[in-house]
Amino acid sequence: MIIQALAFYLFAAVTIAAAFLVITVRNPVHSVLFLILTFFNAAGLFVLLGAEFLAMMLVIVYVGAVAVLFLFVVMMLDIDFVELRQGFLNYLPVGGVVGFILALELILVVGANSVVTAPEGVAASPTPALGEVTNTEALGRILYTDYVYLFQTAGLVLLVAMIGAIVLTLRTREGVRRQNISEQVARTPALGMELKDVKPGQGI
Amino acid sequence: MEIGISHYLTVAAILFAIGVLGIFVNRKNIIIILMSVELILLSVNINLVAFSSFLNDLAGQVFALLVLTVAAGEAAIGLAILVVYFRNRGSIAVEDINLMKG
Repeated sequence: MIIQALAFYLFAAVTIAAAFLVITVRNPVHSVLFLILTFFNAAGLFVLLGAEFLAMMLVIVYVGAVAVLFLFVVMMLDIDFVELRQGFLNYLPVGGVVGFILALELILVVGANSVVTAPEGVAASPTPALGEVTNTEALGRILYTDYVYLFQTAGLVLLVAMIGAIVLTLRTREGVRRQNISEQVARTPALGMELKDVKPGQGI
Repeated sequence: MEIGISHYLTVAAILFAIGVLGIFVNRKNIIIILMSVELILLSVNINLVAFSSFLNDLAGQVFALLVLTVAAGEAAIGLAILVVYFRNRGSIAVEDINLMKG
């Protein structure tokens, strides 16, 4: 139990510290790297909660895809980041007050009722005992049966996001020579060659 | 030393507040704003998984999975818009975006 508590405090402290550094460091590349650290530690919190599948999804989807996408965009665009940081200190007081009040209220609300008990028979899909099936298997059993429509909707959301991103960033540039397979295959010796009748002593 | 649900909810609340603070202080840097939105969605996920774990109800984890999907799509679309905007204007200054109106 003590090890679990220590692990929780370690993961929670690193998560919050890294999240704070994400919004305060000067260099956006460092910011993305701290975002990755945040996600790794949040995955640790998920493991502590017994949601191993989601923890691994977090690492794969966020660290493997989203954070790398951020890193790619930050490094690809040639941006003057010093100019973008102007006004940081101007907005800090009001932002700090709003954030502090928000955190205080949320902590007061969730800290007040520290014990949450489920009423009997309310759970939409009760978690099976860990000895019987693993978390991944239990999640798969309900994801493909009870929540299959939600699962398909998630797939559609990803499809729309993919098409949207491609349509937004696709551009056809002028003056680029592209391969035209049918034209190349249909080319005959008659089309490719031009016979010139060179008169003697004149050249072309 | 018993770790209850309120511990996890407190972590999520602090993470949410950090995300909101990040949107406030980095008004000009839209990349950091997008990262702050990711932080907020992560805090929502922590809430969902914590309730799912302490109430013995797997449905919360299914919803966390959906939030993960939407977050990934949102990041992809947001960064695509950012790249197109940068291509057109040569900068990512957010305060000029209202020039695109109409």
